[in-house]
Amino acid sequence: MYDGWKIIPGLIIFLILLLFPLWNQAFHPGKAGITPNPELTETAKNAEKCIEPKPFMKTQHMKMLDEWRNEVVRDAERYYKSSEGKEYYKSLQITCLECHSNKSKFCDQCHNYMGVDPFCWDCHIEPKENE
Amino acid sequence: MNFIIGILFSLVVVGIFVLIPWVGVWAFDLRYLFGIIVPYAAVATFIVGIIIRVLGWARSPSPFRIPTTAGQQKSLPWIKQNKIDNPSGTIGVIIRMALEILLFRSLFRNMSLEFRGGAKLAYEWEKWLWIAALAFHYSFLVVLLRHLRFFTEPIPAFVRWIEKLDGLFEIGIAPFAGFAAPGILISGFILIAALTYLFLRRLYISQTRYISLPADYFPLFLIIGIAATGILMRHMGVFMQFIFKVDWFSVQVVNVKELAMGLVTFNPKIPEGIGTIFFIHLFLVSTLIAYFPFSKLVHMAGIFLSPTRNLANNSRTVRHINPWDYPVHVHSYDEYEDEFREKMVEAGLPVEKMPESQTEDGSGTQEEAEKE
Repeated sequence: MYDGWKIIPGLIIFLILLLFPLWNQAFHPGKAGITPNPELTETAKNAEKCIEPKPFMKTQHMKMLDEWRNEVVRDAERYYKSSEGKEYYKSLQITCLECHSNKSKFCDQCHNYMGVDPFCWDCHIEPKENE
Repeated sequence: MNFIIGILFSLVVVGIFVLIPWVGVWAFDLRYLFGIIVPYAAVATFIVGIIIRVLGWARSPSPFRIPTTAGQQKSLPWIKQNKIDNPSGTIGVIIRMALEILLFRSLFRNMSLEFRGGAKLAYEWEKWLWIAALAFHYSFLVVLLRHLRFFTEPIPAFVRWIEKLDGLFEIGIAPFAGFAAPGILISGFILIAALTYLFLRRLYISQTRYISLPADYFPLFLIIGIAATGILMRHMGVFMQFIFKVDWFSVQVVNVKELAMGLVTFNPKIPEGIGTIFFIHLFLVSTLIAYFPFSKLVHMAGIFLSPTRNLANNSRTVRHINPWDYPVHVHSYDEYEDEFREKMVEAGLPVEKMPESQTEDGSGTQEEAEKE
């Protein structure tokens, strides 16, 4: 082997960088298995269902909110007709937060897990949570 | 090879790699295979393959210094040396390598060369290849680093910074429903644009088209496929639901992270709620990773061993012994003459050293030979 004293350390450094996720977890023991567990408030539990089915809300709520914002602000369309035909008032603070008032135990659960930083609270007032 | 055949071949192969997980997950529910076994196998192939490849290169002797570089080499004190382009020491070499690896300096020197108006040869400034290559490589790096959010818990700060920076151009009003939420990350779109340019360039310039092979088209299409499936998952889910009433592209991203964390901690499990589109994305990525060491993509490792870049031009100051020297059986002229002297003299050939009897006479070689 030629220049092995340069090539072998180079390879080792590359592999260490490549396998960052593996050894990184060693510094945070027990964190890997923790999965987000959004809690429903009593109001939400009593309502039994959200405005659309759960799988849809899980993947599409951010798009729905984004669309609501544009429609309300730009077109003054204030009412949303759900797939079940029920009408809802398009409002984060009045409609969504009515049930999901527990931001830290509901919204933040997945958002922190995924490193998502939604811009809702740039304009809206964060709900005050009573511990 | 005809370029149309090359393109079609690569497209069909990429299409097959899309169909395999599609059919496998959708029809046969082979989530365990495509979610766990294939990614592990791909990463193992990558690591072993890269090590074998690099050690193979390391076993080949490095050539002598190649001084044909764009710059004045170290010479007399009053001749100014170009210390970066033609370095004579380690620091210069490190700078030259860094510029090559980080800024693609050799592509920056690219010029187009064409005949203008008959026989007139024209060189022209050509930076598009360099720009597209930089755009492609750096956006791919950003995309790769962004994906660390799936593989780390808690997410390191630098990953979040990269994502913040990537999402700097927030688009308030999207071209269609739900496109801009979650936020647009510019790197994914630059990635596709740069790849498209690199593909079209390959086709447009007749010389590159002529030398292009399926091995050139295939990685382009594969990475376009990866970027496209990623963008479909992130931005097109709600569009498909609203317009076509199908839920093809929705992925529960929390479950994807659970899968990724399971892989990282060697505790793999397949959570529910991950659509087929994710398995197509993952399978294409696995294909790319496994294909890496066997293809031209391994220039990622090979660039560090490029002899015109990583060797200092010090041939005039340092003696370089042939690294692949081994004892060669030589037959010197003296030995040759010792062996054949009699016969050479007989044939009238000139010899350096006359046989004993004749040198004493002091007469000429030719004459002696003729008499005998």
